[in-house]
Amino acid sequence: MLSRTADHLFWMSRYIERAENLARLLDVTWQMSLVPQSEEAANQNWNAIIGLNSLEAAYAAKYSAVNSDNVLHFMVSDPDNYASITSCLRLARENAHAVRGTITTEMWETMNATWLEARGKSFEHIINAGIGEFFEWVKMRSSLARGTTLGTLLQDESFHFIRLGTLLERADNTARILDVKYHVLRPHGDEGATDFYQWGALLRSVSAFEVYRKAYRDVITPERVAELLILRNDMPRSLHFCMNGVLKNLELIANSHSGETLRQVGLLHAQLHYARVEDILAHGLHQWLTDFMDRIYALGDGISKDFLVPMAEAA
Amino acid sequence: MNFYNEMYETDGQVRAHYARYDAWLKATPAERIERKRAEADLAFHRVGITFAVYGEEAGKERLIPFDIIPRIIPSKEWKSMERGMRQRVKALNMFLWDIYHDQEILKAGKIPAEQVLNNTQYRKVMQGVDVPGQVYAHIAGVDLVRAGEGEFYVLEDNLRVPSGVSYMLEDRKMMMRLFPELFARHKVAPVQHYPDMLLEKLRAVAPNGVSNPTVVVLTPGAYNSAYFEHSFLAQQMGVELVEGRDLFVKDEVVYMRTTQGPQRVDVIYRRIDDDFMDPLAFRADSALGVPGILRAYQAGNVTLSNAIGTGVADDKSIYPYVPDMIRFYLDEEPILNNVPTYMCRKKDDLAYVLAHLAELVVKEVHGAGGYGMLVGPASTKEQIEHFRQLLIAKPDGYIAQPTLALSNCPTFVEEGIAPRHLDLRPFVLSSGKCVNMVPGGLTRVALTKGSLVVNSSQGGGTKDTWVLED
Repeated sequence: MLSRTADHLFWMSRYIERAENLARLLDVTWQMSLVPQSEEAANQNWNAIIGLNSLEAAYAAKYSAVNSDNVLHFMVSDPDNYASITSCLRLARENAHAVRGTITTEMWETMNATWLEARGKSFEHIINAGIGEFFEWVKMRSSLARGTTLGTLLQDESFHFIRLGTLLERADNTARILDVKYHVLRPHGDEGATDFYQWGALLRSVSAFEVYRKAYRDVITPERVAELLILRNDMPRSLHFCMNGVLKNLELIANSHSGETLRQVGLLHAQLHYARVEDILAHGLHQWLTDFMDRIYALGDGISKDFLVPMAEAA
Repeated sequence: MNFYNEMYETDGQVRAHYARYDAWLKATPAERIERKRAEADLAFHRVGITFAVYGEEAGKERLIPFDIIPRIIPSKEWKSMERGMRQRVKALNMFLWDIYHDQEILKAGKIPAEQVLNNTQYRKVMQGVDVPGQVYAHIAGVDLVRAGEGEFYVLEDNLRVPSGVSYMLEDRKMMMRLFPELFARHKVAPVQHYPDMLLEKLRAVAPNGVSNPTVVVLTPGAYNSAYFEHSFLAQQMGVELVEGRDLFVKDEVVYMRTTQGPQRVDVIYRRIDDDFMDPLAFRADSALGVPGILRAYQAGNVTLSNAIGTGVADDKSIYPYVPDMIRFYLDEEPILNNVPTYMCRKKDDLAYVLAHLAELVVKEVHGAGGYGMLVGPASTKEQIEHFRQLLIAKPDGYIAQPTLALSNCPTFVEEGIAPRHLDLRPFVLSSGKCVNMVPGGLTRVALTKGSLVVNSSQGGGTKDTWVLED
C-alpha cells in the first residue's frame, strides 16, 4: 500500500475518534456543571479542557473569560480552532476524500455525510436543539464510521492502519479524560452525593457506568474507576484494551523498519498487562498518565517514520 | 436558426426511438418525477460526485447538474458514428507516430511543417521514441455535435487527458436506480464495463517483457477539478491512485513508495498535463510530477498513457487537417465531418473573421474547457469588440468557425421542460490495432437558454446517453 494512503487512513480514523472523545469529554464536563458547585470549581473544569488540548494561546486570542458558553463554542464548532469537533470531522473527511478509492463506498459516504451535516449546524442551532443531542449525534456518527469499516472493508493492510489510528487515539484520549477529571475531582473528594454524580458522569462519558456496575457490583470509588479505565483487559475504552489492539495490528503490518516501534509497543503493553492499580496510584496517577501519553505520542511518531512518511529511496 | 430536436420532429411528432420514453414521461405524475429528481440530487451529494471550479474559492466543490431525460441514439446511427470515430482516432495515432518518426505527412506537403514543428504541443523529446503498439492516444474523448438528420461534426479530438467518463457511468447508475422500469422497456446498451476495458488496454501497452504489469492512476491531487473521476477509475480498476510525490525514479525505473518499501510501476494512466509531468524535462516549477520520469519513459521502462506529446494532434491549429490525415494514412474518405475552420494566422481568413465576428465562434488555439472563447451570436457588442482587439493583437492564437446549429433535447429546467443544446463525448480506447468504445458516451447539455457552451465549468449539465440495441 502507498505510504501516503496509509497516512490518510491512519489520520482519518484518528480524527473521527478524536471528535468522538472530545464530544464525550465536553458532555461529561457539561453534565458535571449542572450539579450544584461553586463558580470557581465549575470554571476550573472548563479551564482544564483548554489546558488539556494545549489551546490556551488560541483560546485567549478569541475569548477573555473561561466559562461554559465560550469553551463550548470554541471546542464544538469554532472553525478557527483546528481541534474543535467540527474541525476534526472536517479533517476526517478530508483524509477520507484523499483515499476514497481505497475505503469502501459506504465508509466514504458516511464520512462525507457526517461532514456535510456538521457543516450545516451553526453553534446557535446546536444550542437550541440541545447540546446533549449534538454530542449524541457525534458519537453515533463515529460509531457508524467504525461500523461500516468493520462491516464492509477488506481486512487487509488498510484495515490495520485504520484500527491502529482508532486505538492509538482512543488510548491517548481516555488517558486525557481520566487525567483531567481525576485531577479535578480527587482533591475535593468528600464521599458525598456530589462525588457520586461526578464519578458517575465520568464513567458515563466513556460508556463505562454500566460496565462498572457489572464488573464491581459495588459503590463507585476513584481507585476502581482508575483500574477500570486503565487496566481492564475487556473494556473497549481502557488503555489496556487499546494497547492489545495496537500491538496486534502493528504486528500484522510489520516491515523491515518497524522493529523498534514494535518493541516499544510490546513493552508498554506488558506493563499494562502486569500492572496493579495500587502501584500506579502510589506512583501518582497524574504522573503515570503523563508518562503514558508521552509514550503514545512517541509511538505515533515511530509509526509515522516506519510506514507513513515516504521511505528513503534506496532500500 | 432552426435547431434539430433529438426527441421531436419539426411538426411536434415524437421520433420513433423516443416514443416509449415519451409515453412514459407523459404517464408519470409530475410529483413522482420531482421526488426522483430530489433523490438524485441528494445521492450525488452524498456520494460526493463533485468537481472543483477554477477561479472559485479553493477546495469548493460543485455538483454537475444531472438531467433525467436521457439522450437516446438509435443503433443504426450509433454504428455509423462509431465507424467514424474508429477511423478518426486510428488516423490521429498514425499521425502522431509519423511526426515523431519519419514525418512522411510533412514531406508529402499535406500539412505545413512549421504548423507541426513550431507548435508548443510538439514535444521534441519524443522524436524517435518507440511507444508500445505505436499508440499515443490510448484514451480519446471525441466531442461530437449534431447539426441535422445524420449530420455529425467533430468539434474537438481530446487526446491529452480527456475527462468525464465517470459521469457517464454514474449517470447510468443513477438512471437505473431511479427508473428501473425504463430499462425493462428499452434495450439500452450497457456501458458499465468501461473500467475493465480501460484496464485491459492499459495492461496491453505495458513495456516489453512485463507479463503482469503494475498499473497506477496518477492524479494531481484531491483539489483537482476531476479528482472524483481519478479516484473513481482507480477504484473501479482496482489499482493504486498515486500522486507525483508517491513516485520516484531510480536508474531509469519508476517506483512507488509503499508501506513495505519501493514497488516497481509499469504503466501510468496519468491525469496530469505534459508540462507538469517531469520538472527536469518540462516545467521546473511543477510540484505535481516526478523528476526523471521522462528518462525512464524514453528508456522504455514505463508506459505513460496517454503518451507525451499527443497535444500536437488535437491542437485547434492542426484540427483543420484531420480529414487530410485520414485520406493520407488510411486512404479513406472521412465519415465524420470537420467544422469548416478559419485560421486567423492567414491574412484572408483573419479579414473574413473580423468582418463576421457576430456570426462566428472564435476559439483560442490552445484553450480548453470553454474558457477564452467567443460565441458571436450570443455575445454583447462589448464582448465582440474585446475579441476583435485580441484577434488583431495575436491572430495566430485564434481560429474561428461558423456557429453550428447544435441539436437540442428536452431538459428539466426551472420553468419546466424546455429544449437545451447538447453535445456528445464518446471515449475511444486504443491499443495496437484494436480500437474500442462503449456505446454512447457523456452527453453534456447547456442549461442556460440558447447557450451553445456545454462545458461543466460553464454551468453545463449531463444526461444519461442511451444507445438502443435493435
